[in-house]
Amino acid sequence: MHRSSAHDASRLQLNAQDRLRHFLTTEGLSRDQLTEILDTAESFIDPVTGAIVNRPLLAGQTVMNLFFEPSTRTRTTFEVAAKRLSADVLNIDISKSSTSKGETLRDMLWNLEAMTADIFVVRHGDSGAAHFIASQVTPKVAVINAGDGRHAHPTQAMLDMLTIRRHAGAFENLTVAIIGDIRHSRVARSEIHALQTLGAKEIRVIAPRTLLPKDFDQLGVNVFERMEQGLADVDVAIALRVQNERMESALLPSSDEFYALYGLTRDKLKYAKPGVLVMHPGPINRGVEIESAVADGPQSLILKQVNYGIAVRMAVLSLAVRGQIEQR
Amino acid sequence: MAVRIDNVRLIDPAAGHDAVTSVILENGRMMIGGSGVAAAEIIDGSGLWLTPGFVDLCARLREPGAKMHGGAASETRAARAGGFLHLVVPPDTQPVLDSGALVTQLCERADAAGYAKVYPVGALTKGLEGKALSNMNRLRLAGAVAVGNARAPFASVETALHCLEYAATLGLTVFFSPEEPSLAKGCAHDGFTAARMGLPGIPDTAETIALATQLLLVEQTGVKAHFGQLSCRGSVELIRIAKEKGIPVTADVAMHHLHLTDAAIDGFNSFAHVRPPLRSNEDRAALREGVKTGVIDAICSDHQPLDASAKLAPFPATEPGMSTLETVLPLGLQLVREGVLSESQLIAALTCKPGDVLGIERNTGWLLIDPLVSWTVSGETLLSTGKNTPWLGQTLQGLVRRVFN
Repeated sequence: MHRSSAHDASRLQLNAQDRLRHFLTTEGLSRDQLTEILDTAESFIDPVTGAIVNRPLLAGQTVMNLFFEPSTRTRTTFEVAAKRLSADVLNIDISKSSTSKGETLRDMLWNLEAMTADIFVVRHGDSGAAHFIASQVTPKVAVINAGDGRHAHPTQAMLDMLTIRRHAGAFENLTVAIIGDIRHSRVARSEIHALQTLGAKEIRVIAPRTLLPKDFDQLGVNVFERMEQGLADVDVAIALRVQNERMESALLPSSDEFYALYGLTRDKLKYAKPGVLVMHPGPINRGVEIESAVADGPQSLILKQVNYGIAVRMAVLSLAVRGQIEQR
Repeated sequence: MAVRIDNVRLIDPAAGHDAVTSVILENGRMMIGGSGVAAAEIIDGSGLWLTPGFVDLCARLREPGAKMHGGAASETRAARAGGFLHLVVPPDTQPVLDSGALVTQLCERADAAGYAKVYPVGALTKGLEGKALSNMNRLRLAGAVAVGNARAPFASVETALHCLEYAATLGLTVFFSPEEPSLAKGCAHDGFTAARMGLPGIPDTAETIALATQLLLVEQTGVKAHFGQLSCRGSVELIRIAKEKGIPVTADVAMHHLHLTDAAIDGFNSFAHVRPPLRSNEDRAALREGVKTGVIDAICSDHQPLDASAKLAPFPATEPGMSTLETVLPLGLQLVREGVLSESQLIAALTCKPGDVLGIERNTGWLLIDPLVSWTVSGETLLSTGKNTPWLGQTLQGLVRRVFN
């Protein structure tokens, strides 16, 4: 019986030569494909100074940032990345544009394409939005998923992979724990797929049951409800942002109680391996999911993540454009 | 004029017939044998089946409503092509079927088109708001075959109780599509597929909690009740227990829930976005077993034609629903080939058993079916305005060759 599958969905982001022409999800990509993204990102980092270099790979190309959800950080890093590749950047403020006047998403895309965009960088509140947009745009436009609902945030996941590779070493030796609001997290899902493909020894998620999706262990992760067990022998601990609106709802009683049970503190880090590395996709809520002394401490890679974010987005933008050109 | 069909396999479960024979059909009436009757046309029925016309317990015609999705004429025409000559229409039209005039008008529109007979379910509450009783007697007199609240919630259990008491007073059957709204805010079965794709889930308890409540109220009031489009194992279990207790209930399942699981939504396939959602393998197996054992009486189409634009959006933003009237027969035949149902079990679940739910007379017209012919589901082959089916592009087996009524 015919149906589209996860494989088909991932296939949508590849050209006939199996190279990226969109970047929608880390799921379904091969180890070589993920490694190519990491290697390309490394090539934009000066090996001596660690600074991000400029490469005019996208001169004459137009990158359109379509953010249907507010974002400052991700949008800014995409903008910086595009400019370092010499692309022209247009930021479309969707809240002021026509979807609020009842125009369908598809009609809006066609209008924007007519303005000769080469790349759409898309953030949208609905899971599957980036897939939908990639299935609707003309073949020459590359779509980069900057976060869709709870589904995927592949560039964040890849910058986290680059951070891990540069600072924690070979994936095969690593136990990685992802902590907090797994249910609503597109970051967690994209990280899990990437870590699995890159060969991490063990992937754990730690969360209360209200923040765990159903049957999540079937994804090949070990599920823990308590930090003491979940952090034992962990090499990398990734704390997720917990949105304020989750607090004092049916999902969590208060930020204090969440911090007491799941906050990444110096005390709780003692359960993990000595020298455990700490990451967070940002923006961080100090005193909610992480203690300031941990976020700012010697084991924290949080600011490195931001820097690598630019290199990874440069890599993804340039690889997708190459994939589009090969396709033509 | 009389038509004679020779060597045809007559499958008429209500009459206990399943044999190759010759029949005479005249003015929608069927007679076995009939060698003495002069026939204007003689058909060689070798390899073909003759069955009663199908009865669908849930099909949306989109009338009254948005014309771009369909209408009484286009959808009854599609129904006839799929073998359905009798269609129960839920009251969640726009405007809702809460007045006698709208019920009468819908029946007249379908009669004028002349393809299939329509049996509207009147709204149980005014505007389907779940608050105030509708004028059920007016609805009944106008032609409503039952009353129901479609998928709309009741304001309170107390309101639901009074609705059932009043419907019982009038001897009306109540149609339920059980759903607890606070648990049904998602867009996919709450299982691993939705968890992986980051789609908000709808647990099976969204259905079973509402069903259990409604069954208790049915038991309390003694109203005749039908539960439609059940989607999960827990619901089959609850209906089985209710029937064992002698509560007057019947149930149906949509054909697509007997075939597809939540795996079909993978890749954000919006054609597989339906309500209730496609569920697990375990649920599908229990639904199949339910039809086989008779706990579930009937198979419906749950036809919901949609304009192409309704499915062109990110998955959670698409409208749920499948256009199904024309694929029920081939999908049913597939269940027979897979050994899930016998030929007569399938035909009974599409004819006399849903007919008994409505209490309509046995003579429902006749279908000459070619069970083996292959055809490809496409925008061109489907007569429905809605081309929203996950079987688009696939080749299925089985087609209605002719209708006699």
